[in-house]
Amino acid sequence: MRTLTFSEALREALHEEMERDETIFVIGEDVITHGGPYKVTEGIAERFPDRIFETPIAEAGIMGVGVGAAMAGMNPVVEIMYMDFVTCAMDEVVNQAAKMRYMTGGQASVPMVIRLPCGVGRLLAAQHSQIMESWFMHVPGLQVVVPSTPGDAKGLLKSAIRSPDPVLFFEYKRIYTSRGQVPDGEHIIPLGQAKICRDGEDATVVAIGPMVQKSLEAAVLLEDDGYDVEVVDARSLSPLDSETICESVSRTGHAVVCGEDSSFAGAASEIAAMIGENCFRDLNGPVVRVGSPHVPMPFSSELVKHVVPEVANITEAVSRVMM
Amino acid sequence: MSLSSELCKTMYRDMWRIRLFEEEANRQTSLGSVVGALHMYCGEEAVAVGVCSNLRDDDYVLGTHRSHGHCLAKGAESHRMMAELFGKATGTCAGKGGSMHIADFSLNMLGANGIVGAGIAPATGAALASKLRGTDQVSVCFFGDGAAARGTFHEGIGLGALWKLPVVYVCENNQYQQWVPRMNVAVLDSVADMAGSYAIPGVSVDGQNLVEVYEVAGEAVERARKGGGPTLIEARTYRFYGHSLGDEEQYRPAAEVEEWRTNRDPITTFQSTMMEQGWLTEEEDTQIQNEVKDEITEAVRFAEESPFPTPDSVTTDVLAPVQEVA
Ligand SMILES: Cc1ncc(C[n+]2csc(CCOP(=O)(O)OP(=O)(O)O)c2C)c(N)n1
Ligand SMILES: [Mg+2]
Repeated sequence: MRTLTFSEALREALHEEMERDETIFVIGEDVITHGGPYKVTEGIAERFPDRIFETPIAEAGIMGVGVGAAMAGMNPVVEIMYMDFVTCAMDEVVNQAAKMRYMTGGQASVPMVIRLPCGVGRLLAAQHSQIMESWFMHVPGLQVVVPSTPGDAKGLLKSAIRSPDPVLFFEYKRIYTSRGQVPDGEHIIPLGQAKICRDGEDATVVAIGPMVQKSLEAAVLLEDDGYDVEVVDARSLSPLDSETICESVSRTGHAVVCGEDSSFAGAASEIAAMIGENCFRDLNGPVVRVGSPHVPMPFSSELVKHVVPEVANITEAVSRVMM
Repeated sequence: MSLSSELCKTMYRDMWRIRLFEEEANRQTSLGSVVGALHMYCGEEAVAVGVCSNLRDDDYVLGTHRSHGHCLAKGAESHRMMAELFGKATGTCAGKGGSMHIADFSLNMLGANGIVGAGIAPATGAALASKLRGTDQVSVCFFGDGAAARGTFHEGIGLGALWKLPVVYVCENNQYQQWVPRMNVAVLDSVADMAGSYAIPGVSVDGQNLVEVYEVAGEAVERARKGGGPTLIEARTYRFYGHSLGDEEQYRPAAEVEEWRTNRDPITTFQSTMMEQGWLTEEEDTQIQNEVKDEITEAVRFAEESPFPTPDSVTTDVLAPVQEVA
């Protein structure tokens, strides 16, 4: 199978979907002139010139236009340059996009994808490094998706675009250039399905985004300690595939949940709580979260390295729950 | 015109401080000592200096992602700013902010900002505070032409106008918004024309001409201080470098950059004016430039020799230390 970068996989999904369905359009800042900061929208202006809109710096406007167009039968793919700026459009996401179907008794459909480059990148500090998946998990009416590999990026973006409801699509900046196998053509990964990336018997590590790769690395290191670790990529945070996660945890009897965001009230917390409620009788130790401390992202690289969770934090957490 | 030869020399020196500070920061980036994004202000120096030279120490300034110039013009120390870019504990923000978030509250420089258009309403708020406290402090907000599309621009200026607050809104219209030419995404070329919506004066000024900026800003600051309410100033300017370092600049013609660099450099323009007026001799010019070079060399030395922040500072400054409620 071919290997592509994460960005290329997203781009391919966008091109294929736009070819398939004329109601899809792209809207965002710098999406034509530069293909967006991560070149995901590159080539779309040449191929679909009438279906890509480069905007002024007006996130609330961009998002609101997306909501309106979606209600009127289109399928917008909104790019927010850095996820931090989605906070400038929270009414449009939370009070509008998320509420329309319910509030109108099922009349409205808001089939839009909101693409959110997130997490630490090249040290841009507190206002350009946030993740905040759990903000959106907390809002009924929204779906939250986090691919960790190029293949999943393609398959999940296609499903997100075809979903009749809004999807917040988290793209971790540090993995845009990572490479992986991506199937040619139609490749769909349904929303709401976790994936077991590595089988193991002793402990389950449930991971989100880039923590999946780090968990796989941790699992290899933990072999030396005699631990056989299973790694589950959550992939979809809302809806959450509690079935796959609980089946795994019940089998292994131990659980660690890893996210890059602050674990305080973060996505990992919801997963940990869900495990606690459903698997208590099968657990042989506490459910432990791995994440960043509850602080804004600092600037200095010397500080950042104490914030972003690494492989060592995962091995340490697994050892702890196995004790 | 209230321009003394002394003031001119100070302003001239300040423009050089900005230029050389940034060129050095740029060099330090290529050496790997400075990390993160560096949004270069070079080419726009006359705006920060022309505006801030009208301000008192206790006046407020709020900036943008491109604020090295605003900070230096408000009096920030170059060595502490350089240390911040190096991510050192001695930096203006203790290594927690970096280039996009430099602030110096001892100078009422309330901060650069990583969010476009985010300073406009807070500048209005600082002006409201002056009014409430009964001081005559003025608040100045710098922002780019891109920011004029955001709701915060309309809401922030709308409130400043409604309450006739002592605030000056300074738009640095450098004709680009990241990688997009302004007129690809704007209807109105002139940001000054937007002032009409709030019934406040809107003035467009040549941002490469220090004297003009100084005078236009002087009137606006005085009006604000005397209770006459806000002014929207649009300084037509240009950034000599890409949006941030590493920008390949495929979206603008090299000849255009060259034209501005050669014929519309605010520093050389003012240098000629000063020489013509007899405000500056060649000797003085050399001396000023050498002194600034020394200042910047010293700034780098200070940054290099400073320690990195210690790991325990990761968790400080999130909230104030817990205090007992009296
Ligand atoms: C709310 C928000 N949207 C987008 C960005 C990304 N961004 C940073 S600078 C910039 C362009 C700003 O253009 P302008 O306001 O004209 O300032 P200039 O860079 O030209 O000085 C953009 C889009 C941001 N920082 N904040
Ligand atoms: Mg601009």
